[in-house]
Amino acid sequence: MRVAGKGLIDRAAPLSFRFDGHSYDGLAGDTLASALLANGIKLMGRSFKYHRPRGVYSAGSEEPNALVTVGRGAAAEPNIRATVQELYGGLEAVSQNRWPSLGFDVLSLNDLGAPFLGAGFYYKTFMWPQSFWEKVYEPFIRRAAGLGGLSGAPNPDHYDKGYLFCDLLVIGAGPTGLMAALAAGRAGADVLLVDEDSRMGGRLLAETQEVGGQPGHLWVDNVLAELDSLPNVRRMVRTTVTGVHDGGTFGALERVSHHRGTRGDGVPLETFWRIVAKSSVLAAGALERGIAFRNNDRPGIMQAGAVRAYLNRWGVTPGKTVTVFGNNDGAHQTVRDLQDAGVHVAALIDSREDAPLLPGVQVFKGSVVSNAAGRHGLEAITLRTPLGEERIATDCLAVSGGWNATVHLTCHLGARPEWSEQIASFVPMAGAVPGMVAAGACNGQMSTAACLAAGVAAAGQALGREISVDLPQAEDDPYRLSPIWAVPGKGRAWLDFQNDVSVKDVKQAAHENFRSVEHMKRYTTQGMATDQGKNSNMQALALLADATGRGIPETGTTTFRPPYTPVAIAALGAGARGKGFAPERFTTSHAVSVEMGAPMVATGLWYRPSYFPRERENTWRDSCDREVGYVRNSVGVCDVSTLGKIDIQGPDAAALLDFAYTNMFSTLKVGRVRYGLMLREDGHVMDDGTTARLGETHYVMTTTTAAAGPVMRHLEFITQALRPDWDVRITSATEQWAQFAVAGPKARDLLNGLLDTPIDNDSFPFMACGDVSVAGVAGRLFRISFSGEHAYEVAVPARYGESLFKLLVERAEALEGGAYGMEALNVLRIEKGFITHAEITGRVTAFDCHMERMISAKKDCIGKTMAQREGLLDPDRERLVGLKAVGPVKQITAGAHLFNEGDAAHRVHDQGYVTSVGWSPSLERYVALGFVRGGMARVGERVRMVDHLRDVETVLEIVDPVQFDPEGERVRG
Amino acid sequence: MVEIVAKSAVDGLVPLEIGAQKLTEAKLGPLTSLMAYNGAEAGLAKALETAHGMALPGPNRATGKDGARAIWFGRGQVVLAGPEPVADLAEYAAVVDQSDAWACVELSGPKAEAVLARLVPLDLRAAHFKRGHTARTQIQHVNASVTRIGADRFLLMVFRSMAATLVHDLSQAMTTVAARG
Amino acid sequence: MRIECPICGSRDRREFYYQGAAVAVARPAPDAGAEAWDDYVHLRDNPAGWHDELWHHEAGCGAWVVVTRNLTTHEIRDVQLAQSVKEASA
Repeated sequence: MRVAGKGLIDRAAPLSFRFDGHSYDGLAGDTLASALLANGIKLMGRSFKYHRPRGVYSAGSEEPNALVTVGRGAAAEPNIRATVQELYGGLEAVSQNRWPSLGFDVLSLNDLGAPFLGAGFYYKTFMWPQSFWEKVYEPFIRRAAGLGGLSGAPNPDHYDKGYLFCDLLVIGAGPTGLMAALAAGRAGADVLLVDEDSRMGGRLLAETQEVGGQPGHLWVDNVLAELDSLPNVRRMVRTTVTGVHDGGTFGALERVSHHRGTRGDGVPLETFWRIVAKSSVLAAGALERGIAFRNNDRPGIMQAGAVRAYLNRWGVTPGKTVTVFGNNDGAHQTVRDLQDAGVHVAALIDSREDAPLLPGVQVFKGSVVSNAAGRHGLEAITLRTPLGEERIATDCLAVSGGWNATVHLTCHLGARPEWSEQIASFVPMAGAVPGMVAAGACNGQMSTAACLAAGVAAAGQALGREISVDLPQAEDDPYRLSPIWAVPGKGRAWLDFQNDVSVKDVKQAAHENFRSVEHMKRYTTQGMATDQGKNSNMQALALLADATGRGIPETGTTTFRPPYTPVAIAALGAGARGKGFAPERFTTSHAVSVEMGAPMVATGLWYRPSYFPRERENTWRDSCDREVGYVRNSVGVCDVSTLGKIDIQGPDAAALLDFAYTNMFSTLKVGRVRYGLMLREDGHVMDDGTTARLGETHYVMTTTTAAAGPVMRHLEFITQALRPDWDVRITSATEQWAQFAVAGPKARDLLNGLLDTPIDNDSFPFMACGDVSVAGVAGRLFRISFSGEHAYEVAVPARYGESLFKLLVERAEALEGGAYGMEALNVLRIEKGFITHAEITGRVTAFDCHMERMISAKKDCIGKTMAQREGLLDPDRERLVGLKAVGPVKQITAGAHLFNEGDAAHRVHDQGYVTSVGWSPSLERYVALGFVRGGMARVGERVRMVDHLRDVETVLEIVDPVQFDPEGERVRG
Repeated sequence: MVEIVAKSAVDGLVPLEIGAQKLTEAKLGPLTSLMAYNGAEAGLAKALETAHGMALPGPNRATGKDGARAIWFGRGQVVLAGPEPVADLAEYAAVVDQSDAWACVELSGPKAEAVLARLVPLDLRAAHFKRGHTARTQIQHVNASVTRIGADRFLLMVFRSMAATLVHDLSQAMTTVAARG
Repeated sequence: MRIECPICGSRDRREFYYQGAAVAVARPAPDAGAEAWDDYVHLRDNPAGWHDELWHHEAGCGAWVVVTRNLTTHEIRDVQLAQSVKEASA
C-alpha cells in the first residue's frame, strides 16, 4: 500500500505493468518489487526445492525470493530480482518455479514430503542402481530443479563489453563512497564511482536521517551535483563490481537496458566492463541478516531495513499492521519510521533483556518470535516471552538479526575475512587486496558519521596523500546488538530461502560429520543458490560452529568467489558471438574462390578452398580427381599465401638458420632454395618448410600455415633470449605477399606468358629463386614443388593477389588446367610422401620420418642433443611408411590402427597408425601414409588395418612413402 | 601485354559512418619496416632524419605528420609510412617492404575513444594517449597498431588478411556507441 | 592480471603468451651431458612462492620477458627483457 507523503517516487508519472497476466499500476522510480507491494501483492515466487510460497525479502540485489521472468519469447529473461528490476511502462513479468500457477502449485507437495528430502537427500536417494542414473534420476532431478527457464531460442539481445581505466575506483555510492569520491575528486584524482543501484546514495535513500542538516537524499543530490561538475570524476549507476582480479583489475556489469522497455535499437542490454584501477576504495556497505525461526519464510516477513527502504524510498508499506523483531537498536528505527508515516505497529520484539523502551509501542524485551502463520501471506506470529507464549495478528514482520559487512570483494584474491566480536560480523582483513581500502559499513563502521569520515580517510589512504574535507553533521549512534542466529523450537526454521536449507539440515550435516563449513555447504546446498548465501551463510556457519562446539572464527567462512551477483554468460562473452568469436583471415583469392563455388574450409584462422566444383560433378571426389589431374597432366593453380613467410636479414642471418634448422643454410647459394627441418629442443619435429637465400645476408623462410605464429615466436626466442649477440633481424612477411603455386608439366608455359622476362630450365632450375617482373609488377619466383611436379610458386605484393589469381586460373584453363584446392593438394603430397602436420604431430622425430641424416653433424642446432637420445633412435619406433590396400576392402581410413596379421586388434598388439589418406586418380587406388613399428625395414610386409570408430577393416601392404614417380624425374621438368 | 590490377586491403569494407564516428581507409603509401642492426640505431636515426626529415621514434611514439610518418612498431622496429625509403637506410637496418601487409583505417569522431574502449585493452583517453602516441596491442582479438593522429582521430593497422574482422568488430562497437548516445 | 612490459608499460595479461620457467634462457652446451639436458628440457620446480617465468609480449612489442611472479599471490615483483637477463648472465 502506498503511504501518503513518503518516498522518492514520481507520483505524477504512473506506469502500468503486468504480473502473472494481471495489470497493475506503479510509479516512475518504483522497482517491480515496490510496485507489487504497493498493489498489495505479497506472494512473488516459489522456493526451489519445496516450492514453498515466498514473498519479497529484501530491497536489494541480495534478494533470494522475488525472482521473476521479465519479457516474453526469445527475449524473456529469467531469474530477474524484482528488487533490482526498475519499473517501466508495459513491463511484463511472470513468477517462476510453479505450475500451474503461483497460488496453486502441484510440486508444493514436495513440502509435505520434507521429512524425506532433508540434507543429503540426493546423495542418499539417487544412489542405486547405477543404471537408474541416466534414465530415471537425472530426468527427474532436471524436471524438478531450476528456477526460471530459458526460451530455448537464440538470445536476440545485444551485449557489450569494454575497458575502463582510472586512478581511483570507488565501489559503492552510499555515504562512504560518496565522501571518498568527493574527497578524491576535489584533490584532482581520476575517479570512477560505481554503484549497483539505479540511483546513488545507498542507505541514505532508505533512511529518514539527516546529513549536514538536510534530508539524506538531498545531501546526496548536492554531492552528486558537485561530482558531476568535476571533469576528473566519472559516475556509473546500475553497475555492479562483480569481481576483483590480479593487478588492480575489476569486472563490472552495467545493466544498460533492463530499465528500458525498448529492445533492438542497438543499445546493449548489458555491458561487461573490465576496469583497471591504480587503487580502489571499497564502500560496499552491509547486508542485514535474518533470524531463523519456525516458518520464518512466510510472505510478509522481511528485513527490517527493507521495510524502511520501501517506506522511505518508495512510499510503500508492506503491511497494514507491522511487527518488528530484532536484536539491535537499529531495528527500533523501523518502528519510529512506520509510526511517523502513520502505519500501525503491533509490537516491537527484542531478544535482548536490556532492550531500550520505545514510546507508543508495546515492547517485548527478552522475547523471540517462535512461529508464523499464513501460507500465502503472513497472518499472525507466535512469540515466546519470559512469561509464556503469545500470538499477535500481523501481516508484516520486519526482522533484523544485525548487519553483515559486505566483505565479498576483499576475499576474491584469496584473503579470509576476520571475525569482529563487537559487531558480530566478519570484516575485511587489512591489505586483503593490494591497493584496496575498505571503508564504512563494509569495514565494520556502522554509523553514518563514521562512514562519512571513513570515506575521506580511505580516499587519502588509497591515493597516498593527505586529504581534508569538512565532514557534515550526521547520525553517530552506537551500534548495539546481541547476536541471535536461530530461535530454538520445533518445525523448520529456514536459513537459505532459495535452496530451502533449514537449521535442522545444518545440524544434521554436523551430526553426520560434515563439520567443515565447505563440506556442510555442499552437503546441504546452503549458500549455493543465485544469492550465494548473502542472506544466510552467516547464520548457517554460526549454527555449525555451535553444533560442532567451535567458535565462529575457528569455523570460518566458505570461499567468496566472483561474481558478486550473477553475470550472464552473454555479457562475459559480449562481442565474441558469430563473427566476433575469432578473427577470420582471408587470402586475396578468397572472393574469387567463393564466386567459383569453392567450399571454404577453416585452417586455423585462415579460410582456404576445399575444391572448385564444376557442373555435373556429384561429389567432392569428382572435383578433387579432376584437380589432381590438372597438376599431373597440365597445370594447376593454388593459393599458398597462408604459409608463413619470415624475412631474415643481417650478418648473422645464416647463423640463425643453421641454429634453428637441423640442416645447413650457410652453405646455400644465393638464388637457391632448400628444404629445412626444424626441431623443438626436446628433439621432436616442430615444423618444416623451404627457405630461400635472396642475398648474402638475406633469407626468406617459409613455415607451414599452422606453425607460422609459433615459428616466429621461436625465432624471436632464439634471437632475444639465447643469442642476443647475433646481428640478425626477423620480420613477418606473410601478409605482404600473395603467393600462388603453379604446378604441372605446363607450369613454365603458363608463367612465361606473364613474366616480363621468360625463364627456362637453365635460368630457373629446380630449387632456384629470384626476383621477377610479373605483368610489370615486381615479384618473386621460387621453383619449388609440393606435388612432385615441375612447379613454381610466384609471389606478388598482396594488392595484386586477386588480379593475378584470376589471370593464372584463366591461363591455366586455356591450357586445360585450372585452380585446385586443399583436397587435391593433399592427394598430390600424399602420393609423393611429403609430410604435413598430419604426420609431424609433436611426438614425431626426424628419425621417425627417416630424416635423421638431415641433422647436420657439423654444427649445433635446436633439438640436436635431445634427438640423440637412445629411446628416440630405437629402430623399433613407429616410423613413416607408405601404405596401400591389398585386402578385399580397398578403403583406407586416417586414424585407423595397424596390427600384425593374426593378432587381435587390441592396444597391446598395436603396430602403428594411419595418418593421411587420399584417393589417387593417377594410381587408381587409395594412397596413405602412416607410422609403423620398424618403419621402412618392413616394406613389403602386410599389416591388418582396423578402424574401430568407422568399423572398417582391411589388409595393407607397407610400401615406400613415395608412391608416385619414385624416381622423382618429373619435378626437374 | 597482360596487366594485373591493385586492390586495397579494405576495398568494399569502408568508408563507414555510424553515428558521429567515421571509418575510412588510411592511404599511407609505402610502408617500410626498419629494424636497426646492432649498434646502428644512431646511424639509422641520422639517415632517417636526413632523407625523410623525421626523427626515429622511441617506443610507443610516432613522429612526422599526415603523409610521412615514422611509427614505432615493436621491439627495435619502426615503420616508415609515406615516403619511398632511400637505399641508405639498408646500411643501418633490415629494410622490409610491408606496404601490402597491413590494412590501414582511420577512425574519427568525437566518440572514437569510446569505440576503441570497447575493443582495445588500453587507456586511450587523451590525457594518457596523446597525439603522437602509438601502441602495439589488440583490437578485439586481432594484433594491431594503434596511433593517435589527432584530437579525435586514430590510425589503426592490422594484418591485411584480417581487414574484414577489424571492420566487423569496429562497426559493432561504433553501432553500440552511436545507440548509447 | 597485468604485466609491466619493460618496453610498452603496464599491459593486460591477454597480450602475453605464457611459455614456462625462465630456465629456458640458460641453454646448456651440446656436450653438457644427459643430466644437464634433462634438467634443462624437462625438470621444473613448482615453488609455492617466487618463480621466474618467460612470457612473450606477442600481441604487443614482441619482446620476450622474464617475469618474477609469486605463484601463491600472483604478485609480480620484477619484469626484465629476456635479452637483458641473457646478457647479464653471459
